[in-house]
Amino acid sequence: MEDTLAHLKRGEKAIITDVSSVNIPLKLLEMGCLPGNLVELVQIAPFRDPMYLNVNGSHLAIRKETAKLILIEKVAHE
Amino acid sequence: MSKQINVALIGNPNTGKTSVFNALTGLNQKVGNYPGITVEKKQGICKLPRGVKAHIIDLPGTYSLNASSLDENVVIELLLNKKDKDFPDIAVVVTDVENLKRNLLLFTQIKDLEIPTLLVINMADRMRYKGISLDIEYLENKLNTKIALISTRKNEGIDKLKHLIFNYKEVSIQPCIDTTQIDVAYFGNLKKAFPNQLLYKLWLVITQDVNFGKTDRNEINAVADFKTKSKGDLKRLQQKETIKRYQFINNALDKGQTIDLSQAKDLRIKLDRVLTHKIWGYFIFVIILLTIFQAIYDWSSIPMDFIDSLFASLSEWTKNQLPDGAFTSLLAEGIIPGLGGIVIFIPQIAFLFLFIAVLEESGYMSRVVFLMDRIMRRFGLSGKSVVPLISGTACAIPAIMATRNIESWKERLITILVTPFTTCAARLPVYLIIIALVIPEGRIFGLSYQALTLMLLYLIGFGTAIVSAYILNKILKIKSKTFFVIEMPNYKLPLLKNVAITVIEKTKSFVFGAGKIILAISVILWFLASYGPGEQFNNAEEIIKTEFASKHLSADELQQKIASHKLEHSFIGIAGHAIEPTIRPLGYDWKIGIAIVSSFAAREVFVGTLATIYSVGSDEEETIKNRMAGEVNPILGGPLFTFASGISLLLFYAFAMQCMSTLAIVKRETNSWKWPILQLVIMTAFAYIIALIAFQLLK
Repeated sequence: MEDTLAHLKRGEKAIITDVSSVNIPLKLLEMGCLPGNLVELVQIAPFRDPMYLNVNGSHLAIRKETAKLILIEKVAHE
Repeated sequence: MSKQINVALIGNPNTGKTSVFNALTGLNQKVGNYPGITVEKKQGICKLPRGVKAHIIDLPGTYSLNASSLDENVVIELLLNKKDKDFPDIAVVVTDVENLKRNLLLFTQIKDLEIPTLLVINMADRMRYKGISLDIEYLENKLNTKIALISTRKNEGIDKLKHLIFNYKEVSIQPCIDTTQIDVAYFGNLKKAFPNQLLYKLWLVITQDVNFGKTDRNEINAVADFKTKSKGDLKRLQQKETIKRYQFINNALDKGQTIDLSQAKDLRIKLDRVLTHKIWGYFIFVIILLTIFQAIYDWSSIPMDFIDSLFASLSEWTKNQLPDGAFTSLLAEGIIPGLGGIVIFIPQIAFLFLFIAVLEESGYMSRVVFLMDRIMRRFGLSGKSVVPLISGTACAIPAIMATRNIESWKERLITILVTPFTTCAARLPVYLIIIALVIPEGRIFGLSYQALTLMLLYLIGFGTAIVSAYILNKILKIKSKTFFVIEMPNYKLPLLKNVAITVIEKTKSFVFGAGKIILAISVILWFLASYGPGEQFNNAEEIIKTEFASKHLSADELQQKIASHKLEHSFIGIAGHAIEPTIRPLGYDWKIGIAIVSSFAAREVFVGTLATIYSVGSDEEETIKNRMAGEVNPILGGPLFTFASGISLLLFYAFAMQCMSTLAIVKRETNSWKWPILQLVIMTAFAYIIALIAFQLLK
């Protein structure tokens, strides 16, 4: 199974690989959630929802259900 | 008339667009509404060299021209309608230097409409802390525009911006993206069908669901044929478009912007580690709320006492200075006490607006949204419902408008329906005066009982909102897509000027809005209380004199008996007695009944009404509070405002829907009479029942 953003742990980083699901709001893409961009999980609320992300320098929060639609590839810790 | 340049100020939220607007126009601005909708329209005048003036419109903040809310629609509607009198000669796009990449997306879209577009890069003062450096000349070249690098905080670069606006004709209108490149086949056909039209404009007309000017109607109907692609296909094209735009932006920023991360100090991450923490985040939120309530209570008590006695003496002075007569008594007994009833609450209302403005300006409000989303969702609300629920403590009207950024219709509708339960500033006057009468002074853990009671009332309001949301969520059968995206902006020290302007503007409109109603109502009430039909009113003096002939009353006592007899038999007394049976079980007399009925225009009328009713027929210099404390229960004797009747009244005001303006706004925002009428009936019935139970248990 492919990794999704919902699996990211706090402080982990990943590269977005695919956002083609039609259920992903356009607004999210416009805020920088695009393939190839680096994403970091900054903070999570209780129950891992919502998730506070830093995507490509943009800081935003999304719900877990949306995060599940965004495919990623984790970046190994430096 | 000299030439005016129409300027549209556009930008993402949190870019300091309003600061730029304030810097350009100073206090030379006016806030209104777009016709037919409740979106705030802010315009101002900026003086440029050689007597030229710029007419500046501050458009609602938006992330893109792909609108997802009423506020955002306003932006496209203006930019696509060349016939609009406000159509900009030049668009000024405001960006934040730290989020330049994302902010530029909107810039590229506006430029593609072939409107001359200037770029403002704001918050230049933060570049050093973030290790950012920009090659402005290179960027101007790549983006085909003129750039003003400014700092509204340090007041730098504003003159440069004015200069660029003045020379707006020199700004290029070359688009950023070749729209055909998004999908050659699709856009090729579109171009063939409408050879004279701008492709990107057509594309927006196809994808956006907004009102366009009447003149373009015919074209638009023809364009509808191109909607045949499925929603999913159109969306894929929009995704491709977004990717293309970012390619363009990256290409410009690659060399135009360098960020030395080793120089960057990220305060946001450090603060967010605590402020959005699973435990500390909530803890701090509660502390902040507690502090705010204590402050509102403590800080405003001194100016309030002062205003109260000022109005009492003003009333007395008017009576002594002006010749006796109907006009003097209207002024002294009707208008002055009525207005005093609202002016007295200016300190509190101003403090409330101040705290809300600071919470929003600082960026903290977004953290609260983040913390609360999961919890609120259980009740059928969104984390974003927290903003209306908190700003509803100022006034439900802007709060209901603030629900527009909630993406799901169901979550938004529920928020609209429950927001009037939150304790708005108009309830505050009622609460404060009754608390002062029935809750003892004294402190526990440094918090006064009175402040705690007030806090409790706020919690009751909030709690009721939440519980009713839960019930509505179960009852309402609405299917709507939910998604949730919120920006977590950088923390900022709120700009004094912005906060001051917000507080002054809001307090002013609150006081004047309420002032007009109160003025009208107090004149009517005074008239109704000063005149009456029939024997009992007109011959009050003789009736009382005969009745008390055997008892030796002093002249003063006799005068008082006559005055109160007159009031009882005046028009208002008769009306009041007529409704008394319905409110007696709640512990109120007919005077309170009148105050409640007039409160349906607006709650804050309550105190003014009582002040007017009580001052007709009393001639001592008295503050409103003392008059109320002196009221005697006509049946049981003893003070009218007891713990039981006071609590009952507090609860009635906590739940009842007594605000016509809110009902009007709900009608507009939900586009149906069904919801406001339901609100009115259910909330008021609920209030009556709870007040009844409370009084019967406590008495």
